[in-house]
Amino acid sequence: MAIKSYVMVCGGTGCESSKADEIYRNLHKEAELQGVSEDVQIVKTGCFGFCEQGPIVKVLPSDHFYVQVVPEDAKEIIAEDILKGRAVSRLLYKEGNLTEVKRTDGEDIKFYQKQLRIVLRNCGLINPENVNEYIARDGYQALEKALFDMSGDDIIEELKKSGLRGRGGAGFPTWMKWNFSKQVETDVKYVACNADEGDPGAYMDRSVLEGDPHSVIEAMTIAGKCVGANLGIIYIRAEYPLAINRLETAMEQARDLGLLGKDILGSGYDFDIELRLGAGAFVCGEETALLQSVEGNRGMPTPKPPFPAVEGLWAKPTVINNVETYANIPVIINKGGDWFAQFGTEKSKGTKVFALTGKVQNSGLVEVPMGSTLRDIVFDIGGGIRNGKKFKAVQTGGPSGGVITEEYLDLPLDFDSLLSIGSMMGSGGMIVMDEDDCIVDVARFYMDFCVEESCGKCSPCRIGTRKLLDYLEKITKGQGTMEDLEHMERIGTHMHKAALCMLGGSAANPILSTLKAFREEYIEHIQEGKCRAGKCKALVHYEIVADKCIGCTVCARKCPVNCITGEKKKPHIIDQDACIKCGQCYEGCKFNAIVIK
Amino acid sequence: MAKMTLEELRKLRAGEKQALSNREIEGKEVQVIIGMGTCGIAAGAKETMDGFVNTINANGLKNVTIRQTGCMGLCYAEPTVEVKMAGMADTIYGNVDAEVAKKIVEHHIMNKRLVNKHIFDKPAADITQ
Repeated sequence: MAIKSYVMVCGGTGCESSKADEIYRNLHKEAELQGVSEDVQIVKTGCFGFCEQGPIVKVLPSDHFYVQVVPEDAKEIIAEDILKGRAVSRLLYKEGNLTEVKRTDGEDIKFYQKQLRIVLRNCGLINPENVNEYIARDGYQALEKALFDMSGDDIIEELKKSGLRGRGGAGFPTWMKWNFSKQVETDVKYVACNADEGDPGAYMDRSVLEGDPHSVIEAMTIAGKCVGANLGIIYIRAEYPLAINRLETAMEQARDLGLLGKDILGSGYDFDIELRLGAGAFVCGEETALLQSVEGNRGMPTPKPPFPAVEGLWAKPTVINNVETYANIPVIINKGGDWFAQFGTEKSKGTKVFALTGKVQNSGLVEVPMGSTLRDIVFDIGGGIRNGKKFKAVQTGGPSGGVITEEYLDLPLDFDSLLSIGSMMGSGGMIVMDEDDCIVDVARFYMDFCVEESCGKCSPCRIGTRKLLDYLEKITKGQGTMEDLEHMERIGTHMHKAALCMLGGSAANPILSTLKAFREEYIEHIQEGKCRAGKCKALVHYEIVADKCIGCTVCARKCPVNCITGEKKKPHIIDQDACIKCGQCYEGCKFNAIVIK
Repeated sequence: MAKMTLEELRKLRAGEKQALSNREIEGKEVQVIIGMGTCGIAAGAKETMDGFVNTINANGLKNVTIRQTGCMGLCYAEPTVEVKMAGMADTIYGNVDAEVAKKIVEHHIMNKRLVNKHIFDKPAADITQ
């Protein structure tokens, strides 16, 4: 019997946590029970990216794309789709609004149409725990080339042509990094991979490692061959157990096949990789702090120069790149730098993976060519704002980035354009905000994060972040003054110049950029004591509109502090002094008689 | 598995490629759609499908996708198979067993020659062109 259909079950962390593993086991069980276990191959694969609709099950080649599957659906999927070849229509992804529902096949889903998958080429198609499937997708072909047909200079030349820039955030040309290391004459060199993904809401690197771990292993080996290193180190956060697990499996398989270790493929070149687990400090995503942590020291940045490429791990040249950067490299070597350079903008080539989260309809992982606009990402791929609310801004680059407002929706996004509007690419987290988000509160959230994560080595960052947080808290409590705004701008600008690493240097970005784009909202908080989004508890109060209140007593019964009084069938009143602003009355009222002021 | 040499890696890749290419959807110009309603299955559509899969794999064809569909309403001619490809009219074949499936792949798909005996439906306008 030959295999006729393939059932791909998402095995990313998101879908795993909503029982994807049970779905996978049930599918196997059902296939056995219904006697088709030899006709169908059930594969656990990497993240499909459409996390909003997970767990996802895709049947190939019929391209039926099932969303929000539960373990009990396994029976029907096998009985209908595999046995009879027809879709289980109630599980198909539905596009459009309630009145006009269109069921769509995988290829036609809007979410995927504007995407271009280079980094995520294998995610959702192969089983990440089976090296053969990676090899079948041209895996380790780039390594063959790098070992047998190309010199180190040829590899660097190809990277130069491709225009690949570091995907960790700063966008430094990858070929230059490699070239610096290559030029140093010394006995030992290292290759490191930064998988310490720490931005709130970002999970691009995790998905690549979970869905396609061999691509990173192959790329690091190529880097090692290019610069002359024999040891690679992947620094990954301990909070990514599944990614660590898949990496370990992949490394073991690669060693068994002779793709890692001594004398790789008989070329005489030795290379191996070790894992180092990070304890979850944000600053360890900064390359010099990361290398300190690998050496066993406390994770604190060191001044640059010297750059790690020249003097890194144990003072030896160390090529350090981010996961996503590495994932691009096998493709560039295989298809050539020119092929890669056709995508993207003049100065930023290729694609970028974004983790789209927040108040957007379709949150998930999207990969688009550089130069796509925010409108493409948020509205076409992301499906717009949830619950028909109004778009307010997008935060990119995490705690180091800034907000992008409506007026820049059509700006082609790349490394340079984002910098020019006071934000940054960062690692690719993208948090969408709507009218219910208070901009001061958002800035406060990020500053709180930076205070927590500042390593404390340099005073601009240690003291600066604390001071900025104090000002922001003052403002959210309605005690701010107009001078505070100027103080914050001054401190922020100084931190940018004086801090030792980019954590401190860019920590004020969320404040500076929101002060620029939404200054009137800060002023509202200070001068009018008003929070338009109703997020700053100290500034809002709830009132009952007498005309609308019918005296149903629901609010009075919901109030946990019994501060709402009134007779039945007559308008009620809130005792403002006793009110703790929990908002339960507001949510409970069926007549919209309670308003936030 | 033991450590591989370059040749062994290439051999492994070539061997695995076909299996994985069956999963891919992009770049498939030829579609083979097999009627897998109750009537089709009873008439042996499963063996037909095996015939297609095996012949396609044996010939290393990477541009063919095999899909299933329900009953086409031609129950007396089951198993029925529709073949769609560029340069050929869409054709429905009837009474296709594994042997005929092999012929369809080798003649129709690989050499653009119809398997006349089993044609059930040939849209006249297209054929006469």
